[in-house]
Amino acid sequence: MNSTFEISAIVAVLATVMTITRASAVHALLYLTVSLLAVALVFFVLGAPFAAALEVIIYAGAIMVLFVFVIMMLNIGDMAADLERAWLTPSMWIGPSFLAVLLAIELGVVVTAGGYGHRAGSVVDARAVGVALVGPYMLAVELASFLLLAGLVAAFHLGRSITRAD
Amino acid sequence: MREFLWLVPALPLLGSVILMFGSAHLSVRTAAMIGVLSVGLAALIAFVISAGFVLDPPVGGVYQQTLWRWFHVGGFSVDVGLRLDPLSLLMMLVTSGVGFFIHLFATEFMEGEQGYGRFFAHLNLFVAAMLLLVLARNFLVLYAGWEGVGLCSYLLIGFWWGDPLNGLAARKAFIVTRIGDTAFLIGLLLIATRLGTLNIASAMTRAHETLHVASPMVTLIAFLLLGGAIGKSAQLPLHTWLPDAMAGPTPVSALIHAATMVTAGVYLIARTHVLFLLAPIAQFTVGIVGALTLLLAGFSALAQNDIKRVLAYSTMSQIGYMFVALGVGAWGAAMFHLMAHAFFKALLFLSAGAVTMRLHHEQDIFKMGGLWRRLPVAFWSFLIGSAALSALPLVTAGFYSKEAILSGAWADGTRGRVLWCAGVVGAFVTGVYIFRVVFIAFFGEEHTHVSGSYGWRVIVPLIVLSTLSLVGGFIQLPPAFGHITLLSDLLSTVLPAPLGATTVMPLLFASFASISGIVVAAALYWRPTHARADATPLWRFWHAAAGFDWLYDRFLVCPVLWAARIDRDDFIDKIYSGIVWVTRAGHFAVRRTQSGRVRLYAAGLALGSICLIAIAVLR
Amino acid sequence: MATVPLDQGLLLAAILFTLGLVGVLARRNLLFILMSLEVMLNAAGVAFIVAGARWAAPGGQVMFILVLTLAATEVSVGLALILLMHRRIPTLDADAGDQLKG
Repeated sequence: MNSTFEISAIVAVLATVMTITRASAVHALLYLTVSLLAVALVFFVLGAPFAAALEVIIYAGAIMVLFVFVIMMLNIGDMAADLERAWLTPSMWIGPSFLAVLLAIELGVVVTAGGYGHRAGSVVDARAVGVALVGPYMLAVELASFLLLAGLVAAFHLGRSITRAD
Repeated sequence: MREFLWLVPALPLLGSVILMFGSAHLSVRTAAMIGVLSVGLAALIAFVISAGFVLDPPVGGVYQQTLWRWFHVGGFSVDVGLRLDPLSLLMMLVTSGVGFFIHLFATEFMEGEQGYGRFFAHLNLFVAAMLLLVLARNFLVLYAGWEGVGLCSYLLIGFWWGDPLNGLAARKAFIVTRIGDTAFLIGLLLIATRLGTLNIASAMTRAHETLHVASPMVTLIAFLLLGGAIGKSAQLPLHTWLPDAMAGPTPVSALIHAATMVTAGVYLIARTHVLFLLAPIAQFTVGIVGALTLLLAGFSALAQNDIKRVLAYSTMSQIGYMFVALGVGAWGAAMFHLMAHAFFKALLFLSAGAVTMRLHHEQDIFKMGGLWRRLPVAFWSFLIGSAALSALPLVTAGFYSKEAILSGAWADGTRGRVLWCAGVVGAFVTGVYIFRVVFIAFFGEEHTHVSGSYGWRVIVPLIVLSTLSLVGGFIQLPPAFGHITLLSDLLSTVLPAPLGATTVMPLLFASFASISGIVVAAALYWRPTHARADATPLWRFWHAAAGFDWLYDRFLVCPVLWAARIDRDDFIDKIYSGIVWVTRAGHFAVRRTQSGRVRLYAAGLALGSICLIAIAVLR
Repeated sequence: MATVPLDQGLLLAAILFTLGLVGVLARRNLLFILMSLEVMLNAAGVAFIVAGARWAAPGGQVMFILVLTLAATEVSVGLALILLMHRRIPTLDADAGDQLKG
């Protein structure tokens, strides 16, 4: 057992709970960032330093910044938070929670039934990941590049439509 | 020159295709030019080829041309090829020649009508199909032409489709002839399986060699072919479509009755006479059918007031004569009468069309009257045609051809004598009914005012056909009048038995019958005192042509409709309507889920995943 | 480097995933839904990393990178769509989508 792993896991779960229950988008975003950083720590503990770095740089960095930009552009004020509180009645949580608990139980059963034992204990560094990326996973990388290109084109197109609609 | 034979059916076909696809872009003048010239050129080529054929006959008296192979399956192959022998030569000349004059007439008749180009497209296709039929070397190609003729008759009878009645008439013609066509097709399949070939000539040879006289198979085949011929030639009992076919424009009627369509049945039997000689019962049936039809149609014609319906019944009657000739084995006489009939029936229809042109398409003879002074061209043409139809002795083509048939029947023993009697009675009736029309429509007092003159496109066909109706019979004279045998010499290589017999007695009888018919008509209708005679039950009986339409309606159409009505909601339908109901119910149920609420979709996805994982976990 | 049982790592991924699911289903604001989706994707990444760590294979991290790519693309397109929708109908309500026609 590893206390670093447990603590960061608990932090991640708590921060995520806070994320989905916040009324203010900015607060939620901050909690989400905390959660992501905690997950990055988990990665590091698990011997994946490269993934941990990417988690911090891209998830907690770039993607969150995108959210911040959009929140700024939408210019959401206190009215939105009030509306959000009005939407978040307790009854709203019953159905989703029920489904989620069911799923969690099922996943728990699946996960604990395996009994695969402990990790190997070695570090997989960036070098190994890079070799694998341009080696056996070359085709996946190409597909990912296509995906990014498609995302770029779509975002550009949708952004243009906004200016035309004005 | 003979190698251009394929152009004879191909040219009208080409004209038809051009008109069909280009009629929207062509002017009326161009459409008429294309329509007439294609048939005219075909007729010219046919004439030149025929002249060459007569002057310099090919080896064996037959010229064959293979165009391409249609298909080859196992040992069975069908070639698309043409065969020119004296029989098809005669038919080709009649079809293309008379067809050409009808086309020429139609250019003026149809002026100002909607769908001018369409009309000529179908008219050309009609002639092309008929030429293919008569020139075919193979039964299957013949059948293609046969069906093409049926299709064109449908298209043209329903040409004025604005009136639903015309569409019904077209449908009736198509369906009734289709009954005969089906029999014909079954006959062809039997020939193909029994004789192993569909080539007409070799099928005939093999039938002669392998089938016994009066064997059930050959009798069956002959009867099936007879069924096809009866349907196409409007003989009893499949004759009911022909009078209704008058719904089409008059040139179409002329084409159907004179040059194409109804003569196809006669041609078919003459072409396959070997089979009928092997099946005496079938051949005798041909004669009986012909005799019955000629009497029934003759009496029915007596009771018609519509000029075109009179002519329609007279066509049935004259085709009946041809069937009588075929039934007694006077093959050549049948073809002779076919040719003469083509001339005078085209003439009669065209002159009737010329009359109705000036009467705003009024066809009731009691509304005409005294037309001989107003429309001399139409009058003289109609008179010549009537004389030929009623077989006025010595001067008309109809006399010689009908005489050939009657003397052939007379020479055929007792059974032939019975048919001869029917023919003589028919000759008398013919004289009465056609001169009834002449006297009522062209003499007496005028009931309508007519004016206007005809262009050359009407006059030239009338003159040419009048001439042919008068002198066309001189190619074949009975022994009593000079004994000229041009036609029988020509046909002797394909059709057995010489034309005509020698006795003078029956000839005198027949002449007397037709003249007395004319005299009776003159006595009754020279000054028609009563306008109409539609009161008596007898008149109504013959006006409805012995009630065949009523009979078919009551015993065929009504039961079928009744069965269809009670079967509308049977249990098989329930299965299909049940499927429809379930589908609709499912549609309404599932449509609710298409709410546009994204979170509901997501919840559905989650629920589905949970269920799937649950199956995997709890299994 | 102490060892971590595979079960615990996967349990963390499962909990994060279900939390994200709750967020997606319960929130009406499109921004929150998108954030919750990020949480779910991240949970999938966690699962990959844990599995990769168990066998010391680089494949887990490679798959994590691919998930990351997917997340980035999805966020960019999703946010562009949110902006577009906000211009047309000034709301972030996901249930307003049922007014769309066509």
